[in-house]
Amino acid sequence: MSELVLLKNIDNPDASRIETYEKSGGYQGLRTVLRDYDPDQVIETVKSSNLRGRGGAGFPTGLKWSFVPKDNPLPRYLCCNADEGEPGTFKDRILMERDPHQLIEGMVIAAYAIGCKTAYLYIRGEYSVSIEHCQQAIDEAHALGYLGQNILNSGHSLDIHIHKGAGAYICGEETALLESIEGKRGQPKLKPPFPAVAGLYECPTVVNNVETLACLPHLFRRGEDWFSSIGPKDAPGPKLFGLSGHVRKPGLYELPMGMSLGEMLEVYGGGALNGAFKAAIPGGVSAPMFPSDLFDVKMDFGSLAAAGSMLGSAAVIGLDDTASIPVVARRITEFFNHESCGKCTPCREGLTWAAKILRRIEAGQGQVGDVEQLAMLCGGIFGKSFCALGDGAAWALGATIKHFRHEFDALIAPQTMVS
Amino acid sequence: MSDARSLTDIKRDLATGVRQMRARYPTSRSAIMPALELAQQKYGQVEGLTYQAVSELLDVPEIWVFEVASFYSLFDRSQTGRHHLRLCTNLSCMLRGSDALMQHLQNRLAIKSGETTSDGAFTLTDVECLGACEMAPVLMVDARYHGDLTTDKLDVLLASLAGQPTKEAT
Repeated sequence: MSELVLLKNIDNPDASRIETYEKSGGYQGLRTVLRDYDPDQVIETVKSSNLRGRGGAGFPTGLKWSFVPKDNPLPRYLCCNADEGEPGTFKDRILMERDPHQLIEGMVIAAYAIGCKTAYLYIRGEYSVSIEHCQQAIDEAHALGYLGQNILNSGHSLDIHIHKGAGAYICGEETALLESIEGKRGQPKLKPPFPAVAGLYECPTVVNNVETLACLPHLFRRGEDWFSSIGPKDAPGPKLFGLSGHVRKPGLYELPMGMSLGEMLEVYGGGALNGAFKAAIPGGVSAPMFPSDLFDVKMDFGSLAAAGSMLGSAAVIGLDDTASIPVVARRITEFFNHESCGKCTPCREGLTWAAKILRRIEAGQGQVGDVEQLAMLCGGIFGKSFCALGDGAAWALGATIKHFRHEFDALIAPQTMVS
Repeated sequence: MSDARSLTDIKRDLATGVRQMRARYPTSRSAIMPALELAQQKYGQVEGLTYQAVSELLDVPEIWVFEVASFYSLFDRSQTGRHHLRLCTNLSCMLRGSDALMQHLQNRLAIKSGETTSDGAFTLTDVECLGACEMAPVLMVDARYHGDLTTDKLDVLLASLAGQPTKEAT
């Protein structure tokens, strides 16, 4: 078991207080940055560290920052995406509740790199404890000079405001999140322009996930060599995995990327709740599932992409022998249908239709051709919806049919024999 | 109940808080969500007069306020019970028995999801992932999470919420 970084103090009841954080090396990374780095050097370091975003898409963080134009006179904004809502995912909540200063310090470093003076921390409204603890962390950081005017006499200034979400999964999509901060309905916008060029209030904006930002203090305190020594070379660093569903030991685990899905479920998840595993979802419900005979797949960005799925939010959901895959497919599809913002037709209508078919199959009223119809709908949604919500929905549903077609057929067959 | 409150009352109640929220953003429109949240905290719901009050306090069109209130599911546009029970029924909770808990809650409270008990004590809603799958199945009671639930634990919780002594307590 390797050293814990992000979860080092997670069981300390005082971990959320700034005194505890400082004693553990907290704000040393920020001191180093402000003393030894100019903003461009921070960006270059993050680029060469190969830190990839932990929110779902896995985009290289330093590269994202480098897209912010240097010559644009408008204010720059940093927005932290803490609108965690991908089913199975709870890592950011635990970081914010238990050790929020990692995030605050990371936000100050990121803001320094891109030249931002006002940052917004967008936390979903249900996370009341996260909101309280992050606000307390912001207040403590202000009192000790890590936030506000002229931070540690560096000339760099930053204010962080919490913007509370109000119950909309789609606001985790970065352009929808920015619309929401602007006081509008959370509906995605066409890209380009990307937020780095024209984001919040049409100003250059960087949107980063909680865990991504929480990695930064450690990277700058302990250096690139240390950071690169954790996990795979092309995408290293500390990583959190949330295990839930049919596992004996659900919880948040910090593990090096590159471990096999099977080892994660058996060794850390403690095995299947009932009998054996039938399948598992590797990265939140948008990520296509793997049947148990494919559990050798390595849990990192590249390996999962090559295997036709994704690391996503690294939310691993175990499904054991008692799980009915058509029921799982119905529940996932109902979720996406409910959370579809309604802006584009493939997602709005396609998912409504798919959910209806899945409910009918589950109720024993499936018809011959229903599975083909579902596959047709997946093809009509994937790559044709406005944002990643529709793509994820179709991708996840498609995998349930690909690997477990026989379970759908078994529910439909009796009906067709009667008629 | 809302009939008794005038537009002037609501504006007076919200003025200071809305002004503080407004100062966090470069535009008034951004303060609509926080303003509605303040209103909901104070009155338990948002409705017609609230939209008008927020619109006038922020000097934005009332339709902008309604657009926001009607999009986000945490804004209650009708009166809810004294306690709002939001049961997660998404995948990780479903795999750990949330369907049975929903059935149990509906039986115990004699309402369906989306309804409020006749005594005004409880509103029950099934919701999407609450982001606490490590303690599935999860119920959000007002602003707080309760995890690792069973029907027995639910009964204890309901009794304590209703202000009645629980079996364990007597």
